[in-house]
Amino acid sequence: MGWESWLISTLARALAYGTPLLLGTLGEIYAERAGVLNLGIEGMMIMGAYSAFVVAYKTGHPWLGVLVGAVVGGAFSLIHAFASITLKANQVVSGLALTMLGLGLSGVLGRSWVGHPLFTPLRRITVPGLSAIPIIGPGLFTRQNLLVYITMLLVPILWYILFHTRIGVTIRAVGEDPATADSLGVNVARVRYLCVIFGGIFAGLAGAYLSVGYRPSWTEGMTGGMGWIVIALTIFAFWNPIYGLLGSYFFAALYHLSYRMQAWVSPELLKAMPYAFAIIILIFVSRGTLQKRMGAPAALAIPYTRGEE
Amino acid sequence: MVQAPKCLSIERRPIPSGRTIFTVSILAIVAALIVMAIFFAAYGVSPIRAYGAILRGALGNWSGFSETLRRMIPLLLCGVGLTVTLRALFWNIGADGQLLFGAIAATWVALFSGLHGPLVIPAMFAAGFLAGALWGLIPAVLKVKLGINDVITTLMMNYIAIYIVLYLIHGPWKGPSVRGYPLTDIFPPAAQLPTIGNTHVHWPTLLIGLVAAVVAYIMLNRMKSGFEIRVVGENPHAARYAGMSELKTVVIAMLISGGLAGIAGVGEVAGVQLRLLNPAQVSMGYGYTAIIVAWLARKNPLAVIVTSFFFGVLMAGGDVIKVNLGLPFQLINVFNGVIMFFLIGSEIFMHYKISLRRR
Repeated sequence: MGWESWLISTLARALAYGTPLLLGTLGEIYAERAGVLNLGIEGMMIMGAYSAFVVAYKTGHPWLGVLVGAVVGGAFSLIHAFASITLKANQVVSGLALTMLGLGLSGVLGRSWVGHPLFTPLRRITVPGLSAIPIIGPGLFTRQNLLVYITMLLVPILWYILFHTRIGVTIRAVGEDPATADSLGVNVARVRYLCVIFGGIFAGLAGAYLSVGYRPSWTEGMTGGMGWIVIALTIFAFWNPIYGLLGSYFFAALYHLSYRMQAWVSPELLKAMPYAFAIIILIFVSRGTLQKRMGAPAALAIPYTRGEE
Repeated sequence: MVQAPKCLSIERRPIPSGRTIFTVSILAIVAALIVMAIFFAAYGVSPIRAYGAILRGALGNWSGFSETLRRMIPLLLCGVGLTVTLRALFWNIGADGQLLFGAIAATWVALFSGLHGPLVIPAMFAAGFLAGALWGLIPAVLKVKLGINDVITTLMMNYIAIYIVLYLIHGPWKGPSVRGYPLTDIFPPAAQLPTIGNTHVHWPTLLIGLVAAVVAYIMLNRMKSGFEIRVVGENPHAARYAGMSELKTVVIAMLISGGLAGIAGVGEVAGVQLRLLNPAQVSMGYGYTAIIVAWLARKNPLAVIVTSFFFGVLMAGGDVIKVNLGLPFQLINVFNGVIMFFLIGSEIFMHYKISLRRR
């Protein structure tokens, strides 16, 4: 009996904690596939979390909050897009600046909101029928909010778009070889802008999930470094949405399992676990990347100027 | 080509002159200050009053000025180190964690090593340098040997360092004399850095920072290892052909950067707090702000003396407007983000000449 409840709780936590990671990763995969590294995930996520919370709190409609969180995340990403695409600024610094700005701004704006519980969070649902399946039912289909399943459904769609449609070919071409894409009539800047905004929307959704669903409240810095883990997961996923799903849930499961060691390890050190895991996981996949940089967009983080190589 | 009657032309400038760089940087700062003025106004505080309060509070009297110097010390040390790693194109976002490791090492020397007498302070600096350097070494080796992204590893290691400090102050290092608070005991007098008068300006650390700036400048511009750091950063292929070891250069750069951040950590615990306590109080994000400090200095260690002072003014002024005008301290983080965008966004004006001209 013990291992069953253990497995169920691991599955459930993997889904609940993995969803914001997955949302962020899906967005970053698209931005990076188009050649733009966005280290501002943490900043966009926290802005999404803040605005989603405020809207859900004031209107009582959690989904309106989610929508606004997504829009704010997308709007916030425009700063990075403008700096890195139009002004050709250094993408590492620009992304860091976006994170600083997001953490600072949400801290300033959210001061008076700390400690207010949200009475109208996203409803947790139990899928009829499926939840009756042993182990998988209570693990995956019981008391999760709808955003968890929407995110899951988005994965095959985003995978299909990226690898099997004209849009996907265009995005990847822009990230691999922008000069050739340009000569074929692709508007490189426009594709990159759209992909960065897309990434921002997803980061905003991830933040909204946290403040309206996962932990319905607002605290300063509540994303707690998740945005950085997303950057690591994007590499771990080889820029592929399907692996992004596996990576996010796997990571979340690992995170949950580390809490099982509470009897032996101090809680402070347990909190350091996810960050250590992220490094270990990167060491693990690095052998593959060295042999053949699987999926890494060739023009990642390189600004494109026509006629300049 | 379609003939346009008039168009925006962007020409690449070969190398921007010192004057161009200076003018563009000043304009970027001014632009950021204007944006912040809007923020102040939105908070119902006249920008002139806010900036006046910042300047008066940070420079207007000795106690304010000493607070500025106190903030400048860690920014100077971390900033100088970051100019070196930026030249090697290694992204050390982990100065904060390296600083904390320096603080941990200093605490160990002060409270648990059994050392006493005049040797304690030099031992703390040495141990802090070593601890910061070793903590910084891990991502350096991971990047060069395994190709693992330096931004991520250095960042993750900041979080790990934070939790290690929390573990120490909640657990094994919790002071017997602090009644259950998560703090260590206060350092013995021999492990407390001398300060100027009754201030927090622990001058030995400041001195080390100033010397480090000069030494780093000489190293980067006059010595072979500094030349190699620049070549590895600017053109890794050429460096490889010339037989330069990327591992060696990146490791040297990170030892310097991590070590100096570690010394900053020694200064914070042995010069200001006099104990190890919550990481947020030890560091206040110095390692992150130092990235802007180094970037604004255009990777020139000597210029870091000026830019770290400037950010020292802002941080000390941030305290003043928090207390006097009731503005949130987080505004300083907003300012950091804004100025960073203006700095990198303005670089296009340094490297490209933009003009409206007729074809």
